[in-house]
Amino acid sequence: MLQTTLSRVFITLALLLVGQTSWAASVLVAVAANFSKPMTEIAAEFEKATGHSAKLSFGSSGKFVSQIENGGPFEVLLSADEKSPQKLEQSGLTVPDSQFTYALGKLVLWSAKPGYVDNQGKILTTGGFKHLALADPKLAPYGLAAMEVLKKMGLMEKLQPLFVQGENIAQTYQFISTANAELGFVALSQVIENGKIATGSGWIIPGDYYAPIRQGAVLMKKGAENPAAPALLDYLKSAPALAIIEKYGYDLPQK
Amino acid sequence: MLTPADLDTLLLTFKVASIATLLMLLLGTPLAWWLARTHSAWKGMINAIVALPLVLPPTVLGFYLLVLMGPSGAIGEFTNWLGLGTLPFTFAGLVIASVLYSMPFVVQPLQAAFTTIGEQPLEAAATLRAGPLDTFFSVVVPLAKPGFLTAAILGFTHTVGEFGVVLMVGGNIPDKTRVVSVQIYNHVEALEYSEAHWLAGVLLVFSFSVLLVLYTVLKTQPVAHQLK
Repeated sequence: MLQTTLSRVFITLALLLVGQTSWAASVLVAVAANFSKPMTEIAAEFEKATGHSAKLSFGSSGKFVSQIENGGPFEVLLSADEKSPQKLEQSGLTVPDSQFTYALGKLVLWSAKPGYVDNQGKILTTGGFKHLALADPKLAPYGLAAMEVLKKMGLMEKLQPLFVQGENIAQTYQFISTANAELGFVALSQVIENGKIATGSGWIIPGDYYAPIRQGAVLMKKGAENPAAPALLDYLKSAPALAIIEKYGYDLPQK
Repeated sequence: MLTPADLDTLLLTFKVASIATLLMLLLGTPLAWWLARTHSAWKGMINAIVALPLVLPPTVLGFYLLVLMGPSGAIGEFTNWLGLGTLPFTFAGLVIASVLYSMPFVVQPLQAAFTTIGEQPLEAAATLRAGPLDTFFSVVVPLAKPGFLTAAILGFTHTVGEFGVVLMVGGNIPDKTRVVSVQIYNHVEALEYSEAHWLAGVLLVFSFSVLLVLYTVLKTQPVAHQLK
C-alpha cells in the first residue's frame, strides 16, 4: 500500500520535472539592483511571449562579477555599468560580441518627505539635513554619478561629512525610504510610477551634470547553449521591453 | 598590504567590540543569573528572546533595527525625544546593534556556568551570613570564572565578525561605522582581491588565535555544549 503510494508520488514528481524541461527553457539572470522593477515586468512579458522563463537574481554588479568569475551559474548579466561586462569579457567568460547597452540610467535626488526636495536641487546648497545617502561610488555607477553631480555643483567638501553609503542602490533607497537619511541619490527607476515620482519629493538631475550611466547586458558562455538566454537578450531590444524600460524613467540607447 | 584605511577599520572594529562586550557583561550577568535561578513562568519566553539573534538572519535583525531606530520607529522617537537624534549611521547605534546581536553568546555561557554552581555553595555562604552581593562576588564569580571568560571572548569575537547588521544600519562611514567585515566585502565587490585577502587573513589569524587560546589554554568545552 505504502509502496504504491510512494511510487505514485515519484512518478508524478518525475512527470512534473520532465514536463517542465521539455517544452520551456529557463534562464538564470543576474540583474543590477536598479533594474529590478522593470526587469520583473519584462520577465513576465518574456514568459508570455516566448514560453521560456527567466529566473532573476538581484544584486550589485561587482558582486555578480566576483561570483561569475568563481563559477557562478548566471547565464545573462544585466549590469549597472559597462565596466563589469567588459571585465568578464576580458576573463573570457562571455560570448564574444554579445555585449550591448540596454538602458541609460537616470539619477534623482530623492526624499521620502513630500515637498522637501525642490525641482532644482537647491536643498543641497541650503542644507539643514544630517545625512545624505548615496551608493558607494567605488562599487555602484549611480554612486559615482552622484559624486560627479556634487563636484559639478561645488558642494563636495561641504557635503562629504554627511555621506551615508549604501552597498548598492537598493540599500541606499532603504536608508532614505525609512527616513534615516533625509535625502539622497537613487535611480529614477526606483521612485517612478506612471512617469512621475510616486512618493516623497525629488529632483531629476539634468543629464549634463554627470556622464551617462550606460548599462550593459552580456551573454555568458554558460548560457550559450540555452535557447532561453539569447532569446531574453533579443527580447530586451523588442518594442514591448523598450516601452517598459522607458516607463521606468530610463533613456533608450541610440540605435 | 594593509592600507591606512584598512587599519582604521580594524581599530574601529576592536573599539566597537570592546565597548559592546563590556556592556553585554554588565547587562548579561544579571540576566543570566536570573535565568539560572528563576522558576518563573516567563523563563522560557525570555530564554527564547535572548536566543533569537542566533537563528534570525542578521539582515532581518538589521533591517528592523533600521526601521525601529529611524525617525518614525519607536526607538527613534524615544532617542529623538531625549535629544540624542537617531541611532543609525552612528557609532553608538552600531554598539547597541552589536549588543543585541551578540547577547546570546554572552548570556548562554554565563547561564550555564551559574546553573552548574548549584544551590550548595550559596547555602553554605548564607549559613556564614554572607549577604547576596557578597555571595555573588566572593563565591559565584570565582566559581563561574570560566563562564565569564567564555562569554567575554565569544561576545567579543562574534561582534568582530558581525556583518549583516552593520551593513543595514551602518552606512559605511569611515571611523564611525566602517568595520572590517564591511571593508572586506567592499574590497571584494570592487574586485580588489589582494586587499581583501590581506584583511581577511588578519581577521582569520586573529579569530583562530583567540579561539585556540579559549579551547586549549583555558580548556573550555566547545561552544555547542554551552549553547544547549
